[in-house]
Amino acid sequence: MSERRHATSAPLPGVGHLSLRAYVSGFVASLVLTIGAYLLVVERAVSAGTLIALILVIAVSQFAVQLVFFLHLGAEARPRWRLAMFLTMVTIVLILVVGSLWIMGNLNSRMSMPEQEQYMSSQGGL
Amino acid sequence: MIRVEAHPAPVDAHAAEADERTVFGFWVYILTDCVLFASLFATYVVLHGNTAGGPSGHQLFEMPYVLAETMALLASSFTCGLAMLAAVRGRTRLAVVALALTFALGSTFLALELSEFHHLAVIGAGWSRSGFLSAYFILVGTHGLHITVGLLWMAVVAARIWWSGLGRGELRRLTLFGIFWHFLDLVWIFIFSVVYLMGAAHL
Amino acid sequence: MIAPDIFGRLTWNALFPSELVTQVAVVSLGLVVLAVLALVTRMHRWGWLWREWLTTLDPKRIGVMYIIVAILMLVRGGVDVLLMRAQQATSVGTSQGVVSTSTFQQLFSAHGTIMIFFVAMGLMFGLINLIVPLQIGARDVAFPFLNATSFWLFFTGMLIINASLGIGEFSAAGWLAYPPLSELQYSPGVGVDYWIWSLEIAGVGSLLSGINFFVTILRMRCPGMSLMKMPMFSWSVLCSMFMVMFAFPVLTVTLTLLFLDRSIGTHFFTAGGGGNMMMYVNLIWAWGHPEVYILVLPAFGIFSEVVATFSRKPLFGYASMVMALLAITLLSFTVWLHHFFTMGAGADVNAFFGIMTMIIAIPTGVKVFNWLATMYRGRIRFSAPMHFFMGFIGLFTIGGVAGVMLAVPAIDYQLHNSLFLVAHFHTMIVSGVLFGDFAGVIYWMPKIFGFRLHERSLRWSFWCWFVGFVLAFGPLYILGFMGMTRRTSHYAVATGWQPLLIVAGLGVLLIATGVVIMLVQLAWSVWKRAENADSTGDPWDGRTLEWSTSSPAPAYNFAVTPVVQSRDAFWASKQAARRGALAPARVYTDIHLPRNTGVGPVIGALSFILGFAVIWHIYWAAAVALVVLILVVVIRTTGTDDSERTIAAAEVALAEAGGEVSRRVA
Repeated sequence: MSERRHATSAPLPGVGHLSLRAYVSGFVASLVLTIGAYLLVVERAVSAGTLIALILVIAVSQFAVQLVFFLHLGAEARPRWRLAMFLTMVTIVLILVVGSLWIMGNLNSRMSMPEQEQYMSSQGGL
Repeated sequence: MIRVEAHPAPVDAHAAEADERTVFGFWVYILTDCVLFASLFATYVVLHGNTAGGPSGHQLFEMPYVLAETMALLASSFTCGLAMLAAVRGRTRLAVVALALTFALGSTFLALELSEFHHLAVIGAGWSRSGFLSAYFILVGTHGLHITVGLLWMAVVAARIWWSGLGRGELRRLTLFGIFWHFLDLVWIFIFSVVYLMGAAHL
Repeated sequence: MIAPDIFGRLTWNALFPSELVTQVAVVSLGLVVLAVLALVTRMHRWGWLWREWLTTLDPKRIGVMYIIVAILMLVRGGVDVLLMRAQQATSVGTSQGVVSTSTFQQLFSAHGTIMIFFVAMGLMFGLINLIVPLQIGARDVAFPFLNATSFWLFFTGMLIINASLGIGEFSAAGWLAYPPLSELQYSPGVGVDYWIWSLEIAGVGSLLSGINFFVTILRMRCPGMSLMKMPMFSWSVLCSMFMVMFAFPVLTVTLTLLFLDRSIGTHFFTAGGGGNMMMYVNLIWAWGHPEVYILVLPAFGIFSEVVATFSRKPLFGYASMVMALLAITLLSFTVWLHHFFTMGAGADVNAFFGIMTMIIAIPTGVKVFNWLATMYRGRIRFSAPMHFFMGFIGLFTIGGVAGVMLAVPAIDYQLHNSLFLVAHFHTMIVSGVLFGDFAGVIYWMPKIFGFRLHERSLRWSFWCWFVGFVLAFGPLYILGFMGMTRRTSHYAVATGWQPLLIVAGLGVLLIATGVVIMLVQLAWSVWKRAENADSTGDPWDGRTLEWSTSSPAPAYNFAVTPVVQSRDAFWASKQAARRGALAPARVYTDIHLPRNTGVGPVIGALSFILGFAVIWHIYWAAAVALVVLILVVVIRTTGTDDSERTIAAAEVALAEAGGEVSRRVA
């Protein structure tokens, strides 16, 4: 059955064959996750720390859902360069974002605003 | 030992490989755009507490409104997928209709966002009010700018499909556009979560 | 009657620089440009220039244009150096030196920006364009039109930074424009805006190039060339382009945020209003550190090719070289804080980034040992590229050791912002990047133009560079220990710095002599090109595919797509032929190449108008340029799909036969 459907539809370049079921599942899952996160916040169901963790977990889940069902990540033929490049991008972004927040949090906790300005005024770069 | 081939090289394989390469190249561009947004997110998180005596996200964000925006964009991502599905099955009119629907939903999203921006500017919470608001406007605004470009692009792609059918070139353009549009919804997940949900929850 | 603000901030006065040095610079620059225009007109070469060069999509020609721009900018940045050295050698005690303080500040800002973005990046992208497709056995890059666009954006950035010389002023805030100095409050003029838009536009070009060559190398290698059979230069470019892709978006964001602070009153990096100026430093170095490796990795790749070819041995430790490249690529994203150890982060943060910095020295050391091992028991020819390689090994090791010293936060607290630091990074960039790119240009020149450069004078030039370098930067290491800070335009006699600064000045004069020798021999080699013609296509007994095609390489690179079985594929095929193996039959087929297009230069011109108008707040012009730019891009990308020309198989056969004949005759 699915063989015949494939035969009548052209593969998209670099994406491969698509199915309606994937899009519908992705859409429904995203809806559920979005509304779930929304209700968590509006209803104030949990404590602050848990809430941050939950929001992030839900966001990452929805990210994964849409990557798989909308962008067909991992569905390409081998070698999976798209997937490999995506994962390296995630690594670099994590290094950049987590590193920046760590550095800036550390600096902000150790220096007052006038101290920061005084230091920066003495700097020319590199 | 030198022979001249009378028949030309297989053009179809050449063209198909070129299309694959273009889609891969565009994917790589999307990844670089992810890094661009990541820098803006990092800036936002660093500055989000710097309200300089001005209003915070908790005081400004109206969550039902933001949820409506989010739903419009999510639905447009879905209808964009339907357009691609129709296109690969050769249903030209269905594809254009789905694109029109995507355009309508995308425009709704943009209109909602602009009116929110306008509202903030009017109540004195514009981008020059504080570091927090600068970061907010530029992060969300950069996403909005991408949406604007996407809408323009979508109009061009739909017009081409309408006029010249679903040739190889149109299919390739639609594929690229589809990746772009789905990517914008992916970025919005994080804007919705990090900026709005966490902002409204006063985190 | 023209409304007064129709030209934004641009007034008649801005066109007339007040200082003598600047006036001389503008007039001489103007004369050079006029002379070139007159020459082209006189020789009736405008049509040729437009058809054959400006509209070309051939990466080899684009590469040549990159290198020409880079050489011109090397001279421009070099003149800046001469003035800076003259200033620091003379501006002591009661003497105020040769330029004013504000001009001095513009000089060092322009020098750094130009040398990194328009010399080092220009040479690097030029060589990548010239060689990468040839080396991987491809006929073209993945996206030829995008490639031309990248070049024109690079060219536009160069034009904008040079426009600042005659119209208005340049940034006086250093090559990275740290706030608060670069904010509107302290730099209200157009200087910082020139800096921002020059880099913004050139940076977008670099990003597009990065994507283009990354995809080219991954997707367009000839049959049989698996990644682990790829020549080392292509490997190094692959890694470098990876870093371009993931570092340059950060630069784009940082520059944009600074511009928004200056133009629409946001508070990203401002003092007060909830800005955080330390975030600027964090962001710019998150781009800036990978940038250093972006520049140096391709140079490492060039040295790998050069040392293997001129030692007549395969590169030692190929797999470990690849591993080292990959390690450097990833680690380069984890060390950026070492540029601001002294900003005040805690011991844990500083220790982490200090250790990462020391770790990144290990793969670099692996590479140095592999190069030395490649030479060991090789039959070495000490040609000019090899001279630059030897100079590089010595200087780079010294500079690297100085870098490991600076990686210790406690030592960095002593040496931060001193001339020791200036000496360190110049050692890395000049001996690493510039020497590598020079070696590459000399090594690959015959492949592009079909003739070799004059060997003897290149060696002279090398010795001027090498000795000049030691003289110019040796004293700076010492001055750093003596406490002289960078960017000092005036100091007291009692410091005792002057003798060393005079020595440094003499060193720079020697380097300048090296540059002059280079330029003269370039003209001489072009003049005498028949004598040094390379008729074999393989003047150095090369190892990689680019030497298997004729010199100069034809527009289609390879008449027959090569098939590769091993590393050093061309060397292997020569060995096989020597053993009497028959060459495979050459079957010619039609070749498809992209048609030339003038859209690239048009995009360049429009982005120049856009950038210039934004700098001077001429918003109507910026809006017009932006709308036209969007229209041009839409029309180009949605227009006809038929942008290729076909060279018929018979035509290829004829051209190749002609090549064979002329080679036999010679």
